[in-house]
Amino acid sequence: MSTATVDAAPAAHAARRSRPFAWIEQSLTLAWRNLVRIRQNPEALADVTFQPIIFLVLFLFVFGGAIANGGTWHDYLPYLLPGLLVQTVVFSTMGTGVGLNDDFAKGVFDRFRSLPIARVAPLVGAVLGDAVRYALSIVILMSTGFILGFRFQNGVGYGLLACLVVLAFALSMCWIWVWLGLKLKTAQGVQGIAFLVMFPLTFGSNVFVQVDTLPGFLQAFVNVNPIKYLVDAMRGMMLGGDIQRPLLITLAWMVGLVAVFAPLAIRAYRQRT
Amino acid sequence: MSTTNQVAIQAEGLVKRYGSTTALGGVDLTVPTGTVLGVLGPNGAGKTTAVRILGTLLRPDAGHATVGGYDVVREPGKVRGIIGLTGQYASVDEDLSGRRNLIMIGRLLGMGRPAARTRADELLERFELSEAGDRIAKTYSGGMRRRLDLAASLVGNPSILYLDEPTTGLDPHARNGVWDTVRNLVLDGTTVLLTTQYLEEADALADSIVVFDKGKVVASGRPAELKAQAGRQSLDVRPAEPGHLERVAAIVTEAVGVRPTVDVVNAVVSAPVTDGSSMPVVVRRLDEAGIAVTELSLRLPSLDEVFLALTGHAAEEVHTDVLEGASR
Repeated sequence: MSTATVDAAPAAHAARRSRPFAWIEQSLTLAWRNLVRIRQNPEALADVTFQPIIFLVLFLFVFGGAIANGGTWHDYLPYLLPGLLVQTVVFSTMGTGVGLNDDFAKGVFDRFRSLPIARVAPLVGAVLGDAVRYALSIVILMSTGFILGFRFQNGVGYGLLACLVVLAFALSMCWIWVWLGLKLKTAQGVQGIAFLVMFPLTFGSNVFVQVDTLPGFLQAFVNVNPIKYLVDAMRGMMLGGDIQRPLLITLAWMVGLVAVFAPLAIRAYRQRT
Repeated sequence: MSTTNQVAIQAEGLVKRYGSTTALGGVDLTVPTGTVLGVLGPNGAGKTTAVRILGTLLRPDAGHATVGGYDVVREPGKVRGIIGLTGQYASVDEDLSGRRNLIMIGRLLGMGRPAARTRADELLERFELSEAGDRIAKTYSGGMRRRLDLAASLVGNPSILYLDEPTTGLDPHARNGVWDTVRNLVLDGTTVLLTTQYLEEADALADSIVVFDKGKVVASGRPAELKAQAGRQSLDVRPAEPGHLERVAAIVTEAVGVRPTVDVVNAVVSAPVTDGSSMPVVVRRLDEAGIAVTELSLRLPSLDEVFLALTGHAAEEVHTDVLEGASR
């Protein structure tokens, strides 16, 4: 068989060499794509704009009086907001998996896979693009909280750090949904499983109530739930209290999530046909 | 047409199975550099699977293939550097404008921002999409969409281009536009692998054709050879007045030398012919007899007929709707 090589030296081909960090540029280009898409379809932002506001208002005014144990919603707000921030951001991570699944169904990823680009670029690009969605949900929820009277009680610096930590946690956790988004056939399937996981994780925690009000078996679950430690760290930074221990446990979870699910996602991306 | 002996695409014994179904059952292909290979077959024949393997999107279960001298399994990155892919699957981002789609691909290929913009504008201009360039691709018509797909696959100046059913579902005008583009690319030295359900398309564009059936190559050769193998063309005459069918049949019998089939339901007379030489005779006789016709055509064998002739069986019955579209 002839192995004669075609002189295929298009200009772009030559320009691509000697770029060790090309994958970063490619990821940023694909993140840019996701941002342009968001601007094109602003209604797709409902889950990170109106939904957090509705949740805050709902939990604060409907359950606030009952949960505050004799107090009013004013007393509940400082407790609720850091927890609800975690729940909102964690919930919005599943959108990343749903979006990826959709992209695959539409065939745009086959185009990316036929281009000489890094394998991780489309996935990292999707995650980075969604970081903007997560950030938006943080800004919206915190602003609403401030309007209702919430204040950082441990200094603005720690308050902002808390926002960064929850953003970083979302960026770590979304690799689960990236992986499932590539593994499962339909976007509905991704969403279904995501809800099954998210509800116990966020409601079976200290997001809304004090852990010591829960029955023993549930306390046992809450004490291994990473969401609890993230919420503890958030409250520590925003309101005062222990920061170091819950923050370290949270960071360990973040490293673990990325270490396990990012490689799984990349493998699923390679295998997906 | 090409005088070089270089081989752009070489595949040997490609096999791909999905569970118990065999999509490709050992396919060999050779495409010399600078030529067009037409892969002809009905839906489900394995055309797309073959293109996906040659485009590094799918790993074969057995066999091997080289594209531009690079192995598709061992050196996929190098293959991707020299190919362009257009098909129902490798599509553009519908939520982005045509221009932004092209800029994005240029950027992904390592072009700087100004270079990517310039390249996008060039391609929009060339595919007559300049005016629509800033509209999101979702709003494009079928023909515009296909042109954008084609433009997207050309951003990196590929030397080898895969076109998977590039004109399926297009109107004749849009189809001719795609054909012209392909011809121009070939003039510039691009090697093209084209899959199609239309013999007419393969005939118009390809230097050689392979016919796929159920994951296997059942025939190959130059278009003229295949057509000869597939038998004849068909001379169809449809009188304006159904009552004239018998008189038309008599005229055609005289001109062609064989008794034509008379389709009373569709009011059409068809005779198998090897070339168009009997056409003028038929026209003259009809004129002399004062018989008006609504259709007088010399038709290439349809994919159905090619299939019947080459494989001894019709293309899959389940795809009859598509095939009817194919035979016009």
